[in-house]
Amino acid sequence: MLLSTKSILGTTELTKLDIQQILDTADSFKEISTRSIKKVPTLRGKTIINLFFEPSTRTRTSFEIAGKRLSADVINISGSTSSTVKGENLIDTARNLEAMNPDILVVRHQCSGAPALLSQFVDCPIINAGDGAHEHPSQALLDLLTIRSKKGKLEGLKVAIVGDINHSRVARSNIKAMQTMGMKVCVVGPPPLIPKDFESLGVEVSHNLREAVKDVDVVMVLRIQLERQNQGLLSSLREYSNYFCLTSESLANSKDDILIIHPGPVNRGVEIALDVMESSRSLILNQVTSGVAIRMALFYLLLGENNADPN
Amino acid sequence: MNSTLLNAKDISRAINRISHEILERNNGAGNIALVGIRTRGVALSHRLKEKIEGIENITVDHGILDITLYRDDLAEGIQKPELKKTEISFALENKHIILCDDVLFTGRTIRAAIDALMDFGRPSSVQLAVLIDRGHRELPIRPDYVGKNVPTAKSKRVQVLLNEEDGEDKVMIQEHSK
Repeated sequence: MLLSTKSILGTTELTKLDIQQILDTADSFKEISTRSIKKVPTLRGKTIINLFFEPSTRTRTSFEIAGKRLSADVINISGSTSSTVKGENLIDTARNLEAMNPDILVVRHQCSGAPALLSQFVDCPIINAGDGAHEHPSQALLDLLTIRSKKGKLEGLKVAIVGDINHSRVARSNIKAMQTMGMKVCVVGPPPLIPKDFESLGVEVSHNLREAVKDVDVVMVLRIQLERQNQGLLSSLREYSNYFCLTSESLANSKDDILIIHPGPVNRGVEIALDVMESSRSLILNQVTSGVAIRMALFYLLLGENNADPN
Repeated sequence: MNSTLLNAKDISRAINRISHEILERNNGAGNIALVGIRTRGVALSHRLKEKIEGIENITVDHGILDITLYRDDLAEGIQKPELKKTEISFALENKHIILCDDVLFTGRTIRAAIDALMDFGRPSSVQLAVLIDRGHRELPIRPDYVGKNVPTAKSKRVQVLLNEEDGEDKVMIQEHSK
């Protein structure tokens, strides 16, 4: 068992075999989180550093719990408490951290490409935990795991991704990963929130939610990033909701066994209606559970292999 | 050159005998549970369970352990075996656990399995049933039930084939290991 990459910077570099291996391994890890003693000794003595320059509860906690359930030591550093506020640049911060011999760096940064840049300067594996509007690979992997657990397969499924595609790293990572796994993707949203060149990625583009969700197996609703909506792309949130909020009505003609996922955090009533979110078709909390298993699998697969003695 | 240590009949007789020994030692099957170690220990544990249930006419708890995460050689850069599921859905408390594996060699797998079991609870006792004991222990571990003791050179390879995994029942020893 061997991943084709040393670091997980995005789903673009992952092969179908990589993704299958990660999902299968994560499937086996799920059981550990249901034990009363939720810990195995596998990564005892390993050190994982979470370096987060953007706010996060789900992702950071998930990486931390994943590391701890494998007995690794996990250290959290957030941007506001790091020496970057004293003017140290990102590369120096990472180099200094590496001098303390961590085994994995998990990096979230507001700039696209920051984890890839760091990977050129440090030797230890890096996991991208979200960089700008670029990629969020562990999120895409946990989405796939959640879908596969319910549907039993991925190949041939059709997914609609609804919302602010433009700013969404989750959408980008998912589109790549889903295409690699033989799934069809349709992106849905108002024209200003969908990048012009997206059709060239091989995805369908739709501006009509009700039509788009008619024949899909999964709807992925994205968060409207309120902090990024002062750019004049939307006239108002209410108008957005009128057209693109996922409600029971917009799902009226959809398949009975349609699944609904959302990477969180949710703006209730803006992109998804309360009753849809709470319905049995919604897997939002299953996603969070899958997230821990996926991150355990990533740590496990990345760490063992890189221990190979170079001599 | 390969030579056969046990054929299908021998294996079936050994399982029969071990089933009776387990029942004798534990005064019946009331408090026992069988746990197979992946991969071939699982098949053995299923066969023992079936036998014991047939003799005693009761249902015996059964579980499966994947000990990969508890191995002591993961950090040594070996190619990692594929991780499979562990399934233990009953409480271990007040149970006599019979761990089942195909070959007992260094004892390191059993050490890992005992560690894994302890993470699930505190059984009354843990006993060990193996089809082949080939010696060369590296840890103070001994089996309670043995199909066959086979003195071997350390370099040789003992291969257990079981119907469930390999399509036939046979135990072989490879005279010249690769």
